[in-house]
Amino acid sequence: MSDQAQARSDDGIDYIAVEQSPTFLRLKRTQRSFIFPLAAFFLVWYFVYVLLAAFATDFMAQRVWGDITVGLLFGLGQFVTTFGITMAYVSFANRKLDPLATEIREELEKAQGQA
Amino acid sequence: MNGVRTATDVALEINPVFNISIFLAFVAVTLFIVIRASRNNKTAADYYAAGRSFTGPQNGFAIAGDYLSAASFLGICGAIAINGYDGFLYSIGFLVAWLVALLLVAELMRNTGKFTMADVLSFRLTQRPVRMAAAITTLAVCFFYLLAQMAGAGGLVSLLLGIDGRVGQSIVIAVVGVLMIVYVLIGGMKGTTWVQIVKAVLLIGGAVAMTIWVLAINGFSLNTLLEAAVANSDKGDAILAPGLQYGANPWDFLSLGMALVLGTAGLPHVLMRFYTVPTAKEARRSVVWAIWLIGGFYLLTLVLGYGAGALVGADVIEAAPGGVNSAAPLLALRLGGPVLLGFISAVAFATILAVVAGLTITAAASFAHDIYANVIQKGRKDAAGNPVEADPHGEVRVARRTVIVIGILAIVGGIGAQGQNIAFLVALAFAVAASANLPTILYSLFWRRFTTRGAVWSMYGGLGSAILLIVLSPVFSGTPTSMIPGIDIAIWPLNNPGIVSIPLGFLLGWLGTVTSSRKESPQLAAEMEVRSLTGFGAEKAVDH
Repeated sequence: MSDQAQARSDDGIDYIAVEQSPTFLRLKRTQRSFIFPLAAFFLVWYFVYVLLAAFATDFMAQRVWGDITVGLLFGLGQFVTTFGITMAYVSFANRKLDPLATEIREELEKAQGQA
Repeated sequence: MNGVRTATDVALEINPVFNISIFLAFVAVTLFIVIRASRNNKTAADYYAAGRSFTGPQNGFAIAGDYLSAASFLGICGAIAINGYDGFLYSIGFLVAWLVALLLVAELMRNTGKFTMADVLSFRLTQRPVRMAAAITTLAVCFFYLLAQMAGAGGLVSLLLGIDGRVGQSIVIAVVGVLMIVYVLIGGMKGTTWVQIVKAVLLIGGAVAMTIWVLAINGFSLNTLLEAAVANSDKGDAILAPGLQYGANPWDFLSLGMALVLGTAGLPHVLMRFYTVPTAKEARRSVVWAIWLIGGFYLLTLVLGYGAGALVGADVIEAAPGGVNSAAPLLALRLGGPVLLGFISAVAFATILAVVAGLTITAAASFAHDIYANVIQKGRKDAAGNPVEADPHGEVRVARRTVIVIGILAIVGGIGAQGQNIAFLVALAFAVAASANLPTILYSLFWRRFTTRGAVWSMYGGLGSAILLIVLSPVFSGTPTSMIPGIDIAIWPLNNPGIVSIPLGFLLGWLGTVTSSRKESPQLAAEMEVRSLTGFGAEKAVDH
């Protein structure tokens, strides 16, 4: 069975050296500096919305146009930001993360083949 | 409104024979697919992870099929029809939660694990205690969720098939359980996935058709639909704003909101779906598909819920057998007569079947792979302290036996839980996932210093506090709608434990880590980080 992912440290690769390599550090920094602020943003926006819905019902009940209320627009806004963040992340990951990850992975596979 | 039935004859037209035959057609088609798909179920990777052969879009549909349970379809439509806006709030938590999975969890988990959540969590920590704790929280979440779905199946039957008696409902629960065992036993993850894909297509297709129909009646204007819903509701304008369902206790809503948004990325049956695709990139694509499908579906339920309020009416829905859950089926009857009702009913059954199948294979994989193969069988370690490879065929054999045991437990539990207040079981599943699983997942992936003690404290502490607070809450005792109305030990005022148990899970993970003297292996930590970000070692997972 070739299925692994559990080989765990006996494949002759010095992972600590890989982890300290400039390419890997760049990959890690690029990934974290994108996902952490974005995660903080959507969580804060979600909890602001939940708190408004729980404690500011009068505000949420105000009508904006016809029977469309502030609450309804905020709720639909959560859908819009969710879809927007999804598209932004995918485009970022495809452009910035995948090339770096592939580069490191291919080097490791070459090193493993020689070992 | 010509061509639309009047409210009074709506509840009388249920045609059980027709509904059952549509359901049987679904079973026949999916069983055929499952048997075809099962031909190559030989190795553990085939059985647990469908040979990692699904594409991102296929897996996205399967995730939607796994995630959109009867609670989200029937429950949310009903909640919007009766309480308006507050039902909508529920669906937003369920959707936004997927961003946690997309940004923080899905790809990294796919790259570091093999079959189960415990694979990832125990990667760089001490194997046995962490694996055991992760397996126990996995089994707990699956069991609470499974019980809720099975008990819900009984309630659905009374509505859709006109079977009211306890015996009749018990028989139907047993039929659902046996079908689930057959699917999972024969089809493994591949069969389960196809059932979920077929169900997702049917469910979303049915919802799209009904939504267009409702909007057509209202001149394709959301505003006209809302006006009609307000005019037909005894609560009037109140259905357009939050407060009707959760207004009495906003803290409870906050607690629920936390559990929903942080629970999804810790649900083991959702995490396991990421192992059915070949690469992290496909895992990313599957989450993106899932977000569009699930988000789109919840937007449809907004129209369907208000549509049911406008066209059927809250009073008719509440008086129907099945109560709140009957909003969507009654709307179908109202729009398309018995044929559409039969279709929607069959979809609702298919929904339960697909969700319980996904839960069962997750629980079976966790028991066989984590507890049997890696704790019981693999007490032995080689000289370097690495686990010895166990016989994978023996592991799959144990998984199949576990499926039968879990199926029987689910049938017995489902029959026992009939007519109980089951909403708390789902709330509990999400709360346990958020408080016991998510902290350890995030710490493992992002916090270098995290230790075995931190993981074990966080998982057992999160699980224990969530269960304890549920037992001390009004859903368990002290009110007429409680599980045990006779006694009163409800000293905790909220129905959902999340607001305490989730921060506690994170706190215990931190506390356990800073107090442990044992340093974890820096090599394994480096290996995990390199693998999780690059996909090294995970990409070429299959070459038959």
